Amino acid sequence: MTTPPGYRVVIGLETHVQLKTASKMFCRTSAAYASAPPNTLVCPVCLGMPGVLPVINAAAVDLTILTGLALHSEIPPHAKFDRKNYAYPDLMKWYQISQYDLPLCVGGWLEIDAKGETRRIRITRVHLEEDTAKLTHVVGDDGQPASLIDVNRSGVPLMEIVTEPDITSAEEAMAYGLKLRNILRWLGVSTANMQDGALRIDANVSVWPIGAEVGDTKVEVKNMNSFRALGQALDFEVERQTALLERGERLEQETRGWDERAARTVSQRTKEYAHDYRYFPEPDLPPLEITRERVQRLAEQMPELPDAFRQRLTGELGVASADADELIEDRDLAVYTIDVIERHAGPAAEVVTWVLQDVRRLLNARELESDDMPISAASMAQLLALRAKGELSSTMAGTVLEEMFDSGKSLEEVVAARGRQISDTDALADIAREVMAANPQAVADYHAGKDRAVQFLMGQVMRRTRGQANPGKVTELLRVELDRDRGE
Amino acid sequence: MIDREQVVHVAALARLALSEAEIDRMQADLQQILQAFEALNALDVSDVSPTAQVIPLATVERPDATEAPLSRDDVMRNAPRVERDQIRVPAVLPED
Repeated sequence: MTTPPGYRVVIGLETHVQLKTASKMFCRTSAAYASAPPNTLVCPVCLGMPGVLPVINAAAVDLTILTGLALHSEIPPHAKFDRKNYAYPDLMKWYQISQYDLPLCVGGWLEIDAKGETRRIRITRVHLEEDTAKLTHVVGDDGQPASLIDVNRSGVPLMEIVTEPDITSAEEAMAYGLKLRNILRWLGVSTANMQDGALRIDANVSVWPIGAEVGDTKVEVKNMNSFRALGQALDFEVERQTALLERGERLEQETRGWDERAARTVSQRTKEYAHDYRYFPEPDLPPLEITRERVQRLAEQMPELPDAFRQRLTGELGVASADADELIEDRDLAVYTIDVIERHAGPAAEVVTWVLQDVRRLLNARELESDDMPISAASMAQLLALRAKGELSSTMAGTVLEEMFDSGKSLEEVVAARGRQISDTDALADIAREVMAANPQAVADYHAGKDRAVQFLMGQVMRRTRGQANPGKVTELLRVELDRDRGE
Repeated sequence: MIDREQVVHVAALARLALSEAEIDRMQADLQQILQAFEALNALDVSDVSPTAQVIPLATVERPDATEAPLSRDDVMRNAPRVERDQIRVPAVLPED
């Protein structure tokens, strides 16, 4: 959707990212809560018992700084944690340990492509906090409304990335979100899956009449659990606010949740004082001094980022833009593909198409993640070389791939058992003549002008050779033999 | 000066139900406490750098290693009510 005429749209995004650490933010309990039964990953610290002492997870700090570096943030030498106080049962302690005025990363930017032009979205800050417990609102055993608390998620490291209000449409918000997700995946700091809640994007949206001074009234939109939902929610919100202003009404500062089924945002009644958090420095955690050596060490660990990788693919390697975009969404698959490309003598595009189609289809069918790839890049390159040399037809290569996938056998073993493509002219001509002798009716049909008879004979040759005959060559030879037959 | 309205506000944030008499007493107590701290304003701190901590420690971190959690029975020991292996509380509004 485009900006309504006469108005300007101002959007800022707050993205929460669960970090990929083994343990929680302030205790040694496992952070792998996704597959754990309720309340089985809980210790006195994340349960908020009195008298416990939180201790900062160094890896979570590192991953946050690494993210800040990738977003061109400044990493100040002094950082600290603060208490954000609010009374809600998703917090065991009734406060969340977060960062208020001295976050780990300050400033920065992320470039997005919007309608063919590059736009720079400024980053305000990146800070570190702890995730909350999960509440489920139910009708209880006694028929009364109740809320159930699963504490497993409480204390999982959560990084928050805040942008300046530089985004002007739902499309730009989605472009920002997708780009950020890819970067997070390439950095390896998070799974960044929206469906699992590892990536949660909230938006502050304001529509203003052009010419009017932009005020500070904004509507916070939450609960989008896919990029599609993000786009739909923001489009809806822009339309809603525009209609409100058209009627001469005022925007109200509020939080609205995206209702997927109703396809609309719904006002969430929040307590009057919900935003009075009374931050104060966390007395249980000494401040962080971030040494320049630490920042340097992390900068040296910076992997290649998706933008640079994409450029490499579409530039010197000549891969189509759409294929490159598809590939960078899956870092493990992308890195694997480059590995194969570097070992492959033919064009890179050949490898990319093969990976995106044949290989990924198998991964999906076998429900494997890309980092569970059962075939080494070296074997994959050899398989593609056999296909390029014509020793395997495309169909045969697909069959070999599948067998290697499922049996774990080496390329040599599978090819030795199945045989290579027969391209030898004399051998194939012999077989063609045998097949013709055995099928006089098809030969007669061909001579009577029924071209389809060639297909039938071709099928017979394939049958005799267990699919190993080079199909192009067989067609050619059959026509030569059939035409010579007619001439006699 | 702390006024009555501020006391009521802070009490609401802390989910404290105060009687009228308690509000009066809190107002007086808080006033006294704030006055005591006002004494700090008399000090010249222009060459003292700000601090958030009085303990002479910084950057206390731990490696990212895991330890066994509590048993679920222990986790639930203080729960007012347990349902479906979770802590049951009176229904609350979804909030941020």
